[in-house]
Amino acid sequence: MSSVLGGPASAPVLEVDDLAVTFTRRGEKSTRAVDGVSFAVAPGETIGLVGESGCGKSVTSLAVMGLLPSRGVDVTGSVRFNGQELIGASDQMLRSLRGADMAMVFQDPLSSLNPTVRIGTQVTEVLLEHREMSKKQAAEEAAELLDRVGIPDPRRRLDEYPHQLSGGMRQRALIAMALACSPRLLIADEPTTALDVTIQAQILELLRDLVVDTGTALVMITHDLGVVAGLCDRVHVMYAGKIIETADRHDLFARPRQPYTGGLLASVPRLDTGRGTPLTPIRGSARDTIPWEQGCAFAPRCDNAQDDCLTEVSGSIVPLEYDGPGRELRCRHPLTYPQAPAGATALGGAR
Amino acid sequence: MTAVPAVSTDDLLRVEGLKVHFPIKSGIFFDRTVGHVKAVDGVDLAVPRGSTYGLVGESGCGKSTLGRAILRLEEPTAGRVLFDGTDVAALKGEPLRHMRQRMQMVFQDPLGSLDPRQNVESLLSEPLRAHGLGGGTAGIAEKVRGLLDAVGLPSASLRRYPHEFSGGQRQRIGIARALTLEPDLLIADEPVSALDVSVQAQVLNLLGELQERLGLTYLVIAHDLAVVRHISDVVGVMYLGSLVEQAPADGLYEEPLHPYTRSLMSAVPVPDPVVEESRERILLAGDLPSPANPPSGCRFHTRCPWRQETRCDDEVPVLRELAPGRLVSCHWAEEIRDGVLHPKSAEEVAATMGVDVRGTGAGAIETDALVQGIDAPIERT
Repeated sequence: MSSVLGGPASAPVLEVDDLAVTFTRRGEKSTRAVDGVSFAVAPGETIGLVGESGCGKSVTSLAVMGLLPSRGVDVTGSVRFNGQELIGASDQMLRSLRGADMAMVFQDPLSSLNPTVRIGTQVTEVLLEHREMSKKQAAEEAAELLDRVGIPDPRRRLDEYPHQLSGGMRQRALIAMALACSPRLLIADEPTTALDVTIQAQILELLRDLVVDTGTALVMITHDLGVVAGLCDRVHVMYAGKIIETADRHDLFARPRQPYTGGLLASVPRLDTGRGTPLTPIRGSARDTIPWEQGCAFAPRCDNAQDDCLTEVSGSIVPLEYDGPGRELRCRHPLTYPQAPAGATALGGAR
Repeated sequence: MTAVPAVSTDDLLRVEGLKVHFPIKSGIFFDRTVGHVKAVDGVDLAVPRGSTYGLVGESGCGKSTLGRAILRLEEPTAGRVLFDGTDVAALKGEPLRHMRQRMQMVFQDPLGSLDPRQNVESLLSEPLRAHGLGGGTAGIAEKVRGLLDAVGLPSASLRRYPHEFSGGQRQRIGIARALTLEPDLLIADEPVSALDVSVQAQVLNLLGELQERLGLTYLVIAHDLAVVRHISDVVGVMYLGSLVEQAPADGLYEEPLHPYTRSLMSAVPVPDPVVEESRERILLAGDLPSPANPPSGCRFHTRCPWRQETRCDDEVPVLRELAPGRLVSCHWAEEIRDGVLHPKSAEEVAATMGVDVRGTGAGAIETDALVQGIDAPIERT
């Protein structure tokens, strides 16, 4: 369904097709956190999943990695890794893939490292599990990995505990663990959100180098449009569990079509435009959504919304449709650009 | 503290040589003080009435401590805080409590700073009752309604509790609470960093509107440079407890003078791929040094891409005026501005200073295990 457009011409590493995740709790209405998400990543490609908190981007990544609990969670659709189906695969198979062929970097480096175990043990654990190595070899390899991600004096760091490392270094150690077995796919869930801007710049540079050097497919999950603009080849914007716009990053930032994307771009203060440019916020908050079955979830906050955004008027749920080469859009009344765009600034055209 | 204005200028707030040091205690039987964390180490600043001063810096640079010390939520070690001509740092007891009416704070985490067991009406009327203002029950009720209106919340929210609101609405409640006493100065510590981007803009616009309508003076503390520039008139950049640069917002962002400001600015990603590809990037080596044991001389010299052999390591730079309104504390600010000196790469800085930096051998080890399973080099499109 979602073909790889504009990316490197090789078979995708990961294909996600019509993925849906439903959480059920006894005595409560079930919540659909992810609702028919499809995307694909090719080797050496970086895609971005962008959205605000609660839009389902993290749940998507957990579902792909098979990390969601089995009780009370219903995952449907298909996730193919190198052509192999992961939904419904055995725990044993997932285990052999996780850490070896697919790896993940989480948002908060302190809570995703075990505070009572030395860094060295945590990094070598992956190596001992997935690559036939002696403990000695693994320690050598671990030191090399830490060096590669830019941790100085790696041999000493191997003997230290997570609390002895700074935030940036912890995140580097996590990235080192994720890279230990040279995965084909790396999912980074808000890897820089907890870090300062100067450290964020260091980590982003590291990820950028990795993709170029090793050809790892990278899925970047973030809410920061600036990070996306600098790193991702293709961008999927999510809202209330569905992808609402997909485009090449240049197209997306130059001509956002979904009013939500346009609104997001117009509401962030930027360093490169004149001061005093008024911000145009999006009305309401992410709570003001309606279920997709009733109409476009963004309609209550949208300035372009019209009657047929609701399902009862138009008779169908708003589909994700082809919108020019390499673009897909879920909107009945998108932002339009009358003449050929003059510049690449999104601010001017957003309203 | 009557209507006598501060000497000569119309600065509502002046901070002179403010220091906040926290002792580091050690020992089992005796609480020996083994050192000090110099969170704020000699800061001077002035905020004119009705303007906005923005304070930026990375986490751990002391910006929040500075804000709290101004309100006496943190006890200053040395220095003076002149609020409308009165030294707040020397006030005690009842006069201090009275002074606090006129300076209020908006906190970062709106859920953590609102009592979960008080409803909005009680939250907003408490400051009035505490200070004996508002003119009785009827007067307070009317006032609270007016406040809700001012921050754009429906009056139906009065009976509701903080958990029933969204993040943006909670921050509005926090702002309304700070405004109940009609303060002159509002210190906002990271007012939008806990909010989603689409909601951030609403709160920023609200702060702007309120300033215009009520003639408020703001001290805004934030780590997000774009946010600070958007609302500030004057911006101060902090690094390890002291100001390294202060300038009018436009000037600062057009031409940052201090090496730290330059690298900070270049590290902020811009949501525009075209700009992203062309802009200058200055990567800093390593992390923030510990404020308990700050580097000698210029505190930034361990990470500075422009560090020179002389002066930087042993001579403390003072904050000096380079152009009208533009203060910078760097020995080489003129040379850097005129392009006489050129920055070194982060690797070079790391090599000379012995601190960490990103992958040193990133390009060299392409043949090892990290690339197994991939036949041809992959080209990025």
